[in-house]
Amino acid sequence: MKRRKFDMAAVPGNTARAVDDRFQVATPLRRLLNKVFPDHWSFLLGEIALFSFVVLLLTGVFLTFFFEPTMTEVIYNGSYAPLRGTPMSAAYASTLDISFDVRGGLIMRQMHHWAALLFMAAIVVHMLRVFFTGAFRKPRETNWIIGSLLFWVGFLAGFTGYSLPDDGLSGTGLRIASAIILSIPVIGTWVSAAVFDGEFPGTIIISRFYIAHVLLVPALLVALISAHLGLVFKQKHTQWPGPGRTNGNVVGERMFPRYAIKQGGFFMVVFGVIALLGGLFQINPLWLFGPYEAWVVSAASQPDWYVMFLDGSTRLMPDWEIYLPIGEGYVIPPLFWPTVVLPGILVGLSTLYPFLEARYLKDYRSHNLLQRPRDVPFRTGLGAMAITFFVILTLTGANDVIADKFHISLNAMTWAGRIGLLLLPPLAYYVTYRICLGLQQHDREVLAHGVETGIIRRMPDGRFVEVHQPLTTPDEHGHTELPYAGWVVPKKMNRLGALGPAIRGFFYPIEKPAEAPVSPGHPPVEPRPEREEVGSGETRS
Amino acid sequence: MTSDNDRRRGLLARLRGRPVARSRGRRRLGAAVRLVAALMLAGGAYTILAPGASAQENPPLSSAAADGKALFDVSCVSCHGRNAQGVEGRGPSLIGVGAASVEFQVSTGRMPMARQEAQAARKPEVFNRDQVDQLAAYIQELGGGPVVPAGDNLHADGNIAIGGELYRINCSQCHAFSGGGGALSSGKYAPSLAPATDRQIYAAMLSGPQNMPVFGDNQITPEQKADIIAYIQQTLKEQGDPGGFNLGRYGPSTEGIAIFLVGIVALVFASLWIAGKS
Repeated sequence: MKRRKFDMAAVPGNTARAVDDRFQVATPLRRLLNKVFPDHWSFLLGEIALFSFVVLLLTGVFLTFFFEPTMTEVIYNGSYAPLRGTPMSAAYASTLDISFDVRGGLIMRQMHHWAALLFMAAIVVHMLRVFFTGAFRKPRETNWIIGSLLFWVGFLAGFTGYSLPDDGLSGTGLRIASAIILSIPVIGTWVSAAVFDGEFPGTIIISRFYIAHVLLVPALLVALISAHLGLVFKQKHTQWPGPGRTNGNVVGERMFPRYAIKQGGFFMVVFGVIALLGGLFQINPLWLFGPYEAWVVSAASQPDWYVMFLDGSTRLMPDWEIYLPIGEGYVIPPLFWPTVVLPGILVGLSTLYPFLEARYLKDYRSHNLLQRPRDVPFRTGLGAMAITFFVILTLTGANDVIADKFHISLNAMTWAGRIGLLLLPPLAYYVTYRICLGLQQHDREVLAHGVETGIIRRMPDGRFVEVHQPLTTPDEHGHTELPYAGWVVPKKMNRLGALGPAIRGFFYPIEKPAEAPVSPGHPPVEPRPEREEVGSGETRS
Repeated sequence: MTSDNDRRRGLLARLRGRPVARSRGRRRLGAAVRLVAALMLAGGAYTILAPGASAQENPPLSSAAADGKALFDVSCVSCHGRNAQGVEGRGPSLIGVGAASVEFQVSTGRMPMARQEAQAARKPEVFNRDQVDQLAAYIQELGGGPVVPAGDNLHADGNIAIGGELYRINCSQCHAFSGGGGALSSGKYAPSLAPATDRQIYAAMLSGPQNMPVFGDNQITPEQKADIIAYIQQTLKEQGDPGGFNLGRYGPSTEGIAIFLVGIVALVFASLWIAGKS
């Protein structure tokens, strides 16, 4: 009998052919794999959010194996001595078990929480990148809206997850949430009773939050993320302007293999950073908080950072209670404005911004090229205003910690927040606007006169002039002025041209310029004459 | 009519019955005797009841209290006044605050105060242990008040689980879950418990210094005080953080800073690095 030789090299080809025979995927797959992505570091910020979401799913699934989402009262008898014998809900007890008795449970819990914070942080940073570069403009308004919704759905995911362990801190947060719901006029009481199945805290809220946290909200997140990425594929990624890049093309790398490999590597980096955070930095030490009891409220009870701005707005709100003489009297509590109305306005403003801006600029064309922040000073100024507003509210959310640790009066912090909230955003707008104009002005100066060299030449008649290195060869009239293109302008002497420096290396040079090859038959090739450097005209001897 | 006569005479006379006729001499003698007796009664009562000049020396101070008084008259008298009676607008009277209060305020360096402000801050102590005891003895002998039990370890038989629950109910509102302290209104604050000794915590609960309420033995029994001290010393301080670096145990505020300063910064550098490799 003849033994057939197994041809290893033919296996991938044969397999691929077999798959294509059955599913006819070669043509669409080729298009997909050849899809071109522009490359810039700032385009990777959204990926941080995507990859932390993957880590959230992985660690979250692990946690569900051990978490018991009920409020049944049990007596803790695990290995954490300071709580042994304490009555608590099964949810809290099982979280303690995850932290102290499940192998690897604590690092998984901490990774899950850090990944959640990173998810929200990356969403915000990515959103800022999109905002400041004008990537939200037509045709990408829908994706901007989906992105803003992702923040709020992520907010819900974070809040429901934060509440699940039923510890002293998260219970306080839940108490505040119930108060916020109650503050809504007319429907508040009904909504609260529906959510908590009666009076706060009831006996069902943890189970309800659990199913929201592990099924409903993640499903919504997956749907929105898929739509978000699908639209990026369909509408193609924006790119920075530059040589060869127009509004009608995409210059970059093919998805396969280089882009895919880079993304795979970046996923590993994100995973690694989250694992390091989970292993090195303690987060939410809920064994110190104890089980939730309505009468236990600690000093410095803060929500996670992405909720803290609402805590801050509540702390700054004056006690303006509106009394309406309808029937037996109706009261709108002050809590309603900073926690229901303010987020409502923020959602509306952020989702509508692309349309508002297009209307304001009367610009209804499609834009696939990004803008540098300095080139649209009013938008950059508005962004700075929004950041200032958010940061003041967030800092105010922790103003008791700041007051205590920096020895400032808490009352002074509150008033500084109130005044700062009104004064600082317009100031930030003005300062940012001026900085943008200044940066633009400098770019235009370089384009007109060339790069500043720092060399001062004394002319025969005694005048001093600064030597400029022209960016281009003079035209027939002797002019070297270049048009403003909205892209990086060289600012360093002898570093001209659109390409980056020829010597590669991130922190320090890792390559040396190639030596000219020497062959025995030929005389050595002369190295390329270096570009003539601009000097003061004197020779140093 | 006799009844009319009776009505005209006074009530005492009526009770006494009919007046007995007496000679003028006897009446005069009786009046003199009654006057002398009344004077003696008034004088005697005054001698017994009124503080005499000798009362300030009585009872005499013990030797420790006398040393304490010497220290007091040098370091404390400017604000708390002579004999610890207090000075309006500068310092309160210390009559009746007890040794516990002195021990807390002086052994933590809060007293003598550096300046008048929202609250006296803990600082390196001015008096050593013996001097604190002498001052405490002086104030105790002046007006009495709560006293911290003897011994340095006051949590030996404390139960940390009960102590933890009591701590979360009674203490965490101001000193926070972690014992790191927290802000109160107008520059006042609940200090961190990290440097506090058993005796200082006990003294604070007994005396309610500054903005702290008094947790007397009626509210929290001595056994419960031991439980709370055990929780603070053993769980909050000695037990490390199983999850790694604790970020100061300030809760989500420092965690939020960490995710940006560590997480986002590291990943932005990673994305710069990856995008640079093209």
